Amino acid sequence: MFWTVTLSLLQGFGKTLEIFVLTLLFALPLGLLLSFGSMSRVSPIKWLTKALIWVVRGTPLMLQLIVIFYGPGLIGTWAESLHSDNGFILWLATWRSFDRFVAVMVAFVINYACYFSEIYRGGIEAIPKGQYEAGQVLGMTKTQVFFKIVLLQVIKRIIPPMSNEIITLVKDTSLARIISVYEIIWAGQAFIKSDGLLWPLFYTGVFYLIFNGLLTLLFGYIEKKLDYFRG
Amino acid sequence: MAVLEVKNICKSFGKNKVLKGIDFELEQGKVISIIGSSGSGKTTLLRCITGLEIADSGKITVGDRVIYDGDRKEKLSPEEKRLNQLSTGLVFQNFNLFPQYTVLRNVTLAKELLVKEDMKKKKASRAELKDALAQIEVEAKEILKSVGLKDKMGNYPFELSGGQQQRVAIARALMLSPQVLCFDEPTSALDPEITGEVLNVIQGLADEGRTMLIVTHEMGFAREVSDEVVFMDNGVIAEKGDPEELFTNPQTQRLKDFLNAMLHA
Repeated sequence: MFWTVTLSLLQGFGKTLEIFVLTLLFALPLGLLLSFGSMSRVSPIKWLTKALIWVVRGTPLMLQLIVIFYGPGLIGTWAESLHSDNGFILWLATWRSFDRFVAVMVAFVINYACYFSEIYRGGIEAIPKGQYEAGQVLGMTKTQVFFKIVLLQVIKRIIPPMSNEIITLVKDTSLARIISVYEIIWAGQAFIKSDGLLWPLFYTGVFYLIFNGLLTLLFGYIEKKLDYFRG
Repeated sequence: MAVLEVKNICKSFGKNKVLKGIDFELEQGKVISIIGSSGSGKTTLLRCITGLEIADSGKITVGDRVIYDGDRKEKLSPEEKRLNQLSTGLVFQNFNLFPQYTVLRNVTLAKELLVKEDMKKKKASRAELKDALAQIEVEAKEILKSVGLKDKMGNYPFELSGGQQQRVAIARALMLSPQVLCFDEPTSALDPEITGEVLNVIQGLADEGRTMLIVTHEMGFAREVSDEVVFMDNGVIAEKGDPEELFTNPQTQRLKDFLNAMLHA
């Protein structure tokens, strides 16, 4: 039984990892874009970004998952019920619910991009103005100053808060269960119904622990690697 | 021949008029020191000349480049802006070295980026690029040797004393051979006992005939190194002239008061 459970949980954990990796892949760069948006000198961009971050950080991820999964379908049905010939309404009427997994990815990517963007912003704003000015008087372009001078210093500063957030992400993937995406918690819970066993659900914790332990080691290693300079 | 010409430069921050019409010229191979109390506008003037601030009106010329003209309406292309930028160099009060790079790389980085872009435009071969980069390294090592940092090339900024860091910053600015090298209170962030090593380097550059503009609180040094001293007060040049003359026989009451205050500080 133990092996049956382990195999089943491993399968569920595969999905957990998939959500985790894909979220990081998209949310890390999107977060950087959002952080530029929230620091933009163009006020509409700045305030729109800030409003988005406010909404996303101000509501539970579980609620966001539900809204993104059911929302488009609801709008579609409602638009259909209007029986209008208006082009926009007709277009809305074509809306259908997302695929479960797509909904999870959309919600996670937006949610984590917002959190990451605030970490990036903190890191970028902590770099002394003199670093930018030194780059400028040496004739570097803004892009060069960012990539050659500022970026590594920002990375060094944001590794600790980032590792925190990324470890939280590993555990947050369990929220995907709320719209019936088959990840490890779901896999563990299934044994309650099928075999009346509770321990497989407890056992899922081991998987999270081992994976987060590995992540902790990885971040410790990166921190140490960047220890060669101060600033 | 004047390398730097500053004509009627004005600059305000909000309602605060920091520069109220500054005029002076700096000849090729000469050194001008700017003295004055804090808030007199010295640093703002230097920042306008080095492109870190944009003046409100007036005109600044370096060599044959008009780097600022209040009457010009059209915007400068990024390429022109960069050439303007490269015509002056600036050494900061607090060094602003790049912490993640070694001393050598701090000095070579900007030049490398320029050369790489240039080579890309010319579609140069990889071998040519390699040669050019090697050349830059040789040059940087030469400059670092001349500021007495031969043994520190592989170190990171945090491993150096303030005086050493400032000498790296000087080497970094020299690497781009600016027509005018500016210093913004280069020794103000240093412990008194190590200001000498930085001042000696600057004195050496003056002896080599570098054209320099130095904002400083070191009166003895200003007197020694400069061909001309400019005294700024409240956004204007209150007095300027030969250093000996200016220090021994100040004409204005404001300069007398300032020198007295410095002497008894």
